[in-house]
Amino acid sequence: MARAAAVAKPPAPPGRRRASATPRRLPYLLIAPAALLMLGFIAYPVLSVFYYSLRNYNPTKPWRNGFAGFDNFVHAFTEDPQFWGTLTFSAKWVVVEVGLQLLFGLALALIVNQTFVGRALGRAMVFSPWAVSGVLTSAIWVLLYNSQTGITRYLADLGMGSYGTSWLSDTSTVFPAAVVADLWRGVPFFAILILADLQSVSKDLYEAAEVDGASRLKQFWHITLPHLKDAIVLSTLLRAVWEFNNVDLLYTLTGGGPAGVTTTLPLYIANTSVDAHDFGYASALTTVAFVILLFCSIVYLRLSKFGGGDK
Amino acid sequence: MSTVEKAPAVAPAPESAVRAPRGPVNRRRAWDEAPRWQIYLPLSVYLLFTLIPFYWILLFALRPAGSTSLVPWPMTFDHFEKVWTERSFGTYFQNSVYVGLATLVLTTGVALAGGYALARFDFRIKRGFMLALLCSQFVPGALLLVPLFEIFAELRMINSLGSVIIAETVFQLPLSMILISNFIKNVPYSLEEAAWVDGCNRMTGFRVVVLPLLRPGLIAVGSFAFVHSWNHFLFALMFLNNQHKQTIPVGLNNLMSADSVDLGALAAGGIIAAVPVVLVFAFIQKWLITGFSAGAVKG
Repeated sequence: MARAAAVAKPPAPPGRRRASATPRRLPYLLIAPAALLMLGFIAYPVLSVFYYSLRNYNPTKPWRNGFAGFDNFVHAFTEDPQFWGTLTFSAKWVVVEVGLQLLFGLALALIVNQTFVGRALGRAMVFSPWAVSGVLTSAIWVLLYNSQTGITRYLADLGMGSYGTSWLSDTSTVFPAAVVADLWRGVPFFAILILADLQSVSKDLYEAAEVDGASRLKQFWHITLPHLKDAIVLSTLLRAVWEFNNVDLLYTLTGGGPAGVTTTLPLYIANTSVDAHDFGYASALTTVAFVILLFCSIVYLRLSKFGGGDK
Repeated sequence: MSTVEKAPAVAPAPESAVRAPRGPVNRRRAWDEAPRWQIYLPLSVYLLFTLIPFYWILLFALRPAGSTSLVPWPMTFDHFEKVWTERSFGTYFQNSVYVGLATLVLTTGVALAGGYALARFDFRIKRGFMLALLCSQFVPGALLLVPLFEIFAELRMINSLGSVIIAETVFQLPLSMILISNFIKNVPYSLEEAAWVDGCNRMTGFRVVVLPLLRPGLIAVGSFAFVHSWNHFLFALMFLNNQHKQTIPVGLNNLMSADSVDLGALAAGGIIAAVPVVLVFAFIQKWLITGFSAGAVKG
């Protein structure tokens, strides 16, 4: 408060005092629109989800509606095999996706950080899928995986007939197929963030290492990687949360199928609430997802000692 | 070997001529540059992976239905015409433009006000507010569908684009506000104070001194809000049941979930969906990297 008062009083001529006459209320006025929007459309819905999770709430079965205590949670953990299935798939999806995206994104950033002829164009092209939406990504890969006219058909023509199936409707191929589609869009995200950070590494460090005769691999390991650490930790976390929560891609690409093998927890929740109208149960699942997300994030930030280091 | 050509005289000259005289530069090149093949080989492989899907969608959009040719020739625009008129992509497009522009204006305006407060004032609830901004990143929009639906039903905004505009804005706000406040922190406070000494009030001082310097940041944030709301699918799917109110991504989903998928129409619709995004990125490209490395990295 003290500093606010100090900075808000510029040495202005007396007649102009009005400019800073309301320094106390001004910041509150300025954040009011944002705060109100977030209270109404994030905080309130979050609280009502917690509240619904303790109730039976199904608009199509009003006679069952009422307080349920922790029944919804008990049902999820003990009686609903689908819940465990979707939870495991979510974990698998997030770990595989984020891991591969980070790996390829890092490699890609290191490559396009070099100077070479055609770099600007190369960067623009490899980054381009980043701007493409989940639904559009699905549309593109539906075309590619189509068994009649997609890439797979041409593989069959080349004599690799066993690949000429519809990869999205086969339980054994749908996971890698979906992973590749999401990688296509996700790798550029990491590449861009890592590239932005790479450009702030001091070149003197490399020169010194060069004089000392350190190999390129050692330079990468001891200079580049430590410098990138915070950016990597943060972007990995954001991406993991985003990959966990996002339903656009899988909803439109596989619809959670075939036979439910690509249903993530959020997708299951969407189905439970929108199709089955079981709002109470969906809210309980949402609460579980929220707690898991929060818990994993805290553990992750602790383990990676984020921001600890040299700053 | 044709000795008469001018090639040998020109080809190797520029690089070595420019670099040679400067001692330190030569030494620096040692780490700055991997062997050529280590750049071009993986990059070409990755480019294939990136570009083949784009080519594929162009191919399907431009070649006649039933063709299996790998070049889009003879070329036809029938698919575009069909999606635009028969599949209502004209309407979807218009709706998406409304949603995108409104989200852009709302997000940038609200985030600018809030970001200024966060950057320039210390006030009692500031820490709590910042914490709330960060926490909101963990709240999955998809999982709040039901309460959001109820709120919009209460407000009688189901089937009005306003519901989607508000929802998109709210979920864009936290990050936008953090970015903008970082941009504002990068503008020296003394500049504003100098403006006040010259007789400006806070508002004018902000408009004259700070706003012009914020341009790259605002463009980055605004275009992000536009692209996000243009691409995002779930809110529009849930809050807009009326076909005349739906947006482009919902239209694409309709094409995919139809009983027999019309691949040509799907491809043409996909291209229509991508055009504005491509235009936005082409326009903002030069501001984007600077805008984001200034805002995101220093946070």
